[in-house]
Amino acid sequence: MMHFLNWFRQTLVITRFSILTIPQRLGASVTAIFGIAGVVAVMIGVLSIAQGFRKTMMTAGDPDTVIVMRSGADSELTSILSKEETRIVADAPGILRVNGQPAASAELFVSVDLPKRSTGTDANVPIRGVGPAAFRIRQAVKIRVGRRFIPGRNEVIVGCASEGEFAGLGLGEQLNVNGDKWTIVGIFSSEGGLSESEIWTDTVSLQAAYQRQTSFQSVFVKLQSPESYQIFKNALTSDPRLNVKIVRETDYYAEQSRMLTNLITKLGSIVAVLMGIGAVFGALNTMYSAVSSRTREIATLRALGFGASPVIVSVLLESLVLALVGGAIGGGVAYYLFDGYRAATINWQTFSQVAFAFAVTPELLVQGAIYAIVIGFFGGLFPAIRSSRMQIAAALREL
Amino acid sequence: MSAAENGREVLVRVKGVGKVYRRGSEDIHVLRDLDLEVRAGDFLALMGPSGSGKSTLLNLLGGLDRPTEGILTVGGDSIADLTPRELAAWRARHIGFVFQLYNLLPTLTAIANVELPLLLTPLSKSERRSHSEAALKMVGLGHRLKHYPRQLSGGEQQRVGIARAIVADPTILLCDEPTGDLDRKSGDEILSLLQELNRAQGKTIIMVTHDPHASHRAGRTIYLNKGQISDTMPE
Ligand SMILES: Nc1ncnc2c1ncn2[C@@H]1O[C@H](COP(=O)(O)OP(=O)(O)OP(=O)(O)O)[C@@H](O)[C@H]1O
Ligand SMILES: [Mg+2]
Repeated sequence: MMHFLNWFRQTLVITRFSILTIPQRLGASVTAIFGIAGVVAVMIGVLSIAQGFRKTMMTAGDPDTVIVMRSGADSELTSILSKEETRIVADAPGILRVNGQPAASAELFVSVDLPKRSTGTDANVPIRGVGPAAFRIRQAVKIRVGRRFIPGRNEVIVGCASEGEFAGLGLGEQLNVNGDKWTIVGIFSSEGGLSESEIWTDTVSLQAAYQRQTSFQSVFVKLQSPESYQIFKNALTSDPRLNVKIVRETDYYAEQSRMLTNLITKLGSIVAVLMGIGAVFGALNTMYSAVSSRTREIATLRALGFGASPVIVSVLLESLVLALVGGAIGGGVAYYLFDGYRAATINWQTFSQVAFAFAVTPELLVQGAIYAIVIGFFGGLFPAIRSSRMQIAAALREL
Repeated sequence: MSAAENGREVLVRVKGVGKVYRRGSEDIHVLRDLDLEVRAGDFLALMGPSGSGKSTLLNLLGGLDRPTEGILTVGGDSIADLTPRELAAWRARHIGFVFQLYNLLPTLTAIANVELPLLLTPLSKSERRSHSEAALKMVGLGHRLKHYPRQLSGGEQQRVGIARAIVADPTILLCDEPTGDLDRKSGDEILSLLQELNRAQGKTIIMVTHDPHASHRAGRTIYLNKGQISDTMPE
């Protein structure tokens, strides 16, 4: 115990001395700090894109909402269902019923080209034709301004994310739907969910506009409870008239987000690692010069009987302190710059735009701090080892 | 050998010590087959031309470096047999160093500098404080406890250096040109202080110096030349 206390005290003295001399090496220390801050900021920034996208896709789904598509289709775009099939689905057990009406919405999903506000170039915006039950199924959807569309009158409502992202989607403006002018009568939000990137109208009008007759792509269904899922699924899969697949909405969107979040995370990690290597060399350089600038003091302490390992630990601690300061700055900058930053990207499964906000989550900040610590550790390790191996007699000669 | 010396135990025993430095492919024999005995209570001046190996010998005696060959014992401990960790602890216990350029830590006050060696002992905080204060008073700096090195004159800094060297009551004081960077007056004061420590407290002191004036203050002067010790000045 005495041994450890003694060792601890030595480490404390040397570390205190090192930290107190940082102002004399301010330039190099600040350079290392900002190198690490930059890496952490970029890493958190890039990963916050993935986090934000995932968050949007996750909240897009409801656990008691189920999507029915043709079996073999991996998204609504590639699915097709007949009117007869959607009826059978709506009659299945397990579905929530209000006043005898099943909470099932047979839907059509197409897209129109619209110019982006930011660049002026055209991009796909999804238009969803929904049934009367759609608002009961997606309770997050709220009209913010204007009103709901009236079926059969060529009216649409626009998700608030799309409105911000694209030109010509303001309340009262006309939307060109396959050659016809439709009126925008409302703007809606859905608690940050995916529908905010969509335009909604009634299925029948949309079928007419796109000559789809009575074909649909999906049926959105609200179950009595998340536990009704199995009953509902069994009923549909055992029905010989149907050839459909049943996906929970949460799983559907999680699956759609996986590819993009994985890609962004991978890219972000590669960038972070490359920059991190640079920052390690920056920290190495700083710590080598920090150590050599106090060679004589360390040698003096060693001559007085201080051990080698307290020297190692103190150099590492100094490096870690610099790294943590850098990490904190980087995290702060990333949070300030990126958190809530709104952006849009392609949902690669449906090739339509998804608007989302960068999310600098607490987990990302912790990840940034850990990364800073790793950089600081490797930046300090070799200088620490070198300084502990010094020849005391030779080091004392250095002025 | 005087009668006074005969009565005291031999503290330092150097037998057949050689020290070889490698510089590139070349071997530099700094010390060769060197013998030396220092008795407890000696005040020894070590002189010799620049590059003759005085500092090298002092560093060997202080356990900062290891001899290439030969036996080196201090108070019965054979230094060459100690592990690095043991050697550090041994230095803390037995050796007090006084450096030509004082080697104080610039960010610590005088008293904190003096306290450093005590951090390696089991003494409590208040004991460390009172010991450090006593040491600074002994070197005549009782009124400079809270001063930083840059606020002290060279002579005062060297007094702090001496206080730091004696605070843990080491067996031997090793001084490498302690007055080499001081003017005559400050240097004299430092030498008087060392003399006082030797006479009043019986401290064993080995002091490297270039200054014949300084060597007169020591009880005995030896000369290092061509890697060997002699009791007379080489021509
Ligand atoms: N670590 C080392 N590596 C190589 N050569 C060394 C080393 N240390 C000392 N020397 C050489 O050993 C010789 C003796 O050096 P030392 O410092 O002991 O001499 P000195 O007598 O103290 O000289 P001075 O009076 O100038 O202080 C010198 O030639 C020096 O260059
Ligand atoms: Mg010398």
